[in-house]
Amino acid sequence: MTALVNIKDLKKSFTQPEGGKLLVLDIPRFQIEKGEQVAMIGQSGGGKTTLLHLIAGLLSPDQGSIQIDGLQTNGLSEEGRDRFRAETIGYVFQTFNLLPAFTAIENVRLGMAFGSGKHQHARAGDLLARVGLQDRFNYRPGQLSVGQQQRVAIARSLAGRPKLLLADEPTANVDPSSADSVLELICETCREEEVSLLTVTHDMQIASRFDRIEKLDEINQVDHTTASS
Amino acid sequence: MSLIHIAWRNFCHRALSSFLTTFSLALGVGLVVLVLSIYGVISEAFTRNASVGYNLVVGPKGSPLQLTLNSVFYLSQPIENLPYTEYMEFLPKDERASMVSRFGGDPKLAERDGRYAPYIAGGFAIPLALGDYFGEFRVVGTTPEFFTKLKHGPNVDEDFTFSQGRAFSNFSPENSYFEAVVGARVAKEMNVVLGEKFYPTHGDPSGHGHALGFTIVGILDPTGTPNDRAAFVNLEGFYLMDGHAKPIERDPEEDREDVLDEAVDAEESNEEQPETESESDAPTTGSIVPEITESNGVRLVQTESNTSDSVSDSTNGTSEGQSSDQEFRLISIPEREVTSILIRNGNIMFAPGMQNAINEGIRAQAAAPIGEINKLMNLIVGPLLTALLAITGITCAVAAVGILVSIYNSMNDRRRDIAIMRALGARRTTVTSIIIFESFQVALIGTIAGWLLAHTAIVLYSGKIEEQTGVQVGFFTTSNYEILVLPLVLGLALIAALLPAWAAYRTDVGSNLSA
Repeated sequence: MTALVNIKDLKKSFTQPEGGKLLVLDIPRFQIEKGEQVAMIGQSGGGKTTLLHLIAGLLSPDQGSIQIDGLQTNGLSEEGRDRFRAETIGYVFQTFNLLPAFTAIENVRLGMAFGSGKHQHARAGDLLARVGLQDRFNYRPGQLSVGQQQRVAIARSLAGRPKLLLADEPTANVDPSSADSVLELICETCREEEVSLLTVTHDMQIASRFDRIEKLDEINQVDHTTASS
Repeated sequence: MSLIHIAWRNFCHRALSSFLTTFSLALGVGLVVLVLSIYGVISEAFTRNASVGYNLVVGPKGSPLQLTLNSVFYLSQPIENLPYTEYMEFLPKDERASMVSRFGGDPKLAERDGRYAPYIAGGFAIPLALGDYFGEFRVVGTTPEFFTKLKHGPNVDEDFTFSQGRAFSNFSPENSYFEAVVGARVAKEMNVVLGEKFYPTHGDPSGHGHALGFTIVGILDPTGTPNDRAAFVNLEGFYLMDGHAKPIERDPEEDREDVLDEAVDAEESNEEQPETESESDAPTTGSIVPEITESNGVRLVQTESNTSDSVSDSTNGTSEGQSSDQEFRLISIPEREVTSILIRNGNIMFAPGMQNAINEGIRAQAAAPIGEINKLMNLIVGPLLTALLAITGITCAVAAVGILVSIYNSMNDRRRDIAIMRALGARRTTVTSIIIFESFQVALIGTIAGWLLAHTAIVLYSGKIEEQTGVQVGFFTTSNYEILVLPLVLGLALIAALLPAWAAYRTDVGSNLSA
């Protein structure tokens, strides 16, 4: 397999209110192969979401390199990272983050609105049908159940035909009975779409479904019990 | 999904706030459009009214604007009067001779063309005599030519037409010299009908009533000109009313006027008629011997010839305290005065030369009504419009601030939405554009709604506007300036959107996604 994500010597810190810097991530090496489904386990506040944001290009690392599909994203301008994100990355949020002003189908279309494949309206319908919401196209998020909202979010994350799907605790806000189906849906659709998947979670049971489980505490050199600089 | 569609969804999502913001802008735009439309109506009304088939108004020396206002618009007070001989200067020799023969006057007046007659060449000169009122409306003494020579309408090519009756004639067996035509508005507001007689009041609407009445023989169709607001009477009948003939008894004041007359005559004679240099306008001897008496307020002038002009007042003579066989004889030229003269040059190229020639004279002035109205518009109406536009512009600016406040206040709720869109690949410029599009949508809808509101109001009052000004306005009657409203409002909306757009641009994705 070829590495889709290749991270080397990645460091990220945040400025603290009192002025000092807090080192959150120090990852010497991390890779995800093409089509691989990886679960990242870590404690809350351990830097999981920060790692996803760095991979997605929403944050810039302090040092190190992030190479995705052969492109070093931390060398791109902000606009370049935006374009890269729109065309390469799908994102499923813990809180779904559907836009309340838009219907289910419009939320899915938003997932392809900022990339190059802007006008594949039929795909939005196909994706919603695939997640079982073929009769909820014109429902607004407030009219959908929590599980349905997460399904819409999954459909949206795949709308732009990404190469990598980042899922940030996708089942954290879903009731346990729906969590399995949501997770199954993510994994299955990623396989069908040949999309690599990186899911962060703190639930070992969920992680056990994935091809590979990585513990952030093991790949991150920062000791979060004492970390500050 | 286009950015405009995304902006529209955001607009709809905050429906109440969007509606109130848009509505306040619509009111501002509506006011601006109303002001522009009213200005357009006023401009057109003045321009149309000043374009009724003549190109110059001649009257006594004084303010040309006042001359235009009182002779064209029947507003303001007449400056003074001109001797009838001044009017005769616009007539060719044969017409002057006919007048001398008919009315009586200095025979030498008949021996030459009028000084300005060559300039008229194919045009016309119509005398007006003002000073009386019918209710609040001006009474205009004139000749029947007023209704045949003058035109009106947007292209100044429409003849005067009558909803009832006909134009008055110089003389009719049944009404003598006392026929009248009233404008459409006069007929409506004074509630008069054909065949009714009215008695003009002298000097102002509450002045003393003349003893002689005029029989209404015609009611004009609406023309959209000040003529709708006037009652036209036969000039000869006008002269026959008490106090309307210029006294010709000798007194020092008149002697001074005669000196002036002689100076004018001398000036004229130096150019064209040197042989009349030493002659006076005053009637002397010969065929005309005016014999002036007063009887029941009626000036009777007896002439020794031309008996066709001697008639019996058979209409309602007793109501005026006159005997039914009362004879009216036309007054002589020296007793006649005109307030102004409407001139149409046969060849418009002659107008400037004639205007200069008249203005160089001692007694009369010639004014171009359209020029005077343009001056009035520029001096008074223009600044007034500017002030009104400034006020309504401020209203629009306040509405634009409303847009700013509305969108900016929504930014707190929308930071997360913006962060989500950024996470989905939207660039900073994309989310900034969405905010600006939202502002533009408010501006566009507000402008269209305001325009519709204003034009609906105009259409609702179009009947009243047409009645008052004669200007026909429809839903799509627009001012030239209205085309500028949308770009200006869009400009304001852009300015209003800058601050929230900047806030959107600076939205931190990471912190807002986690929020």
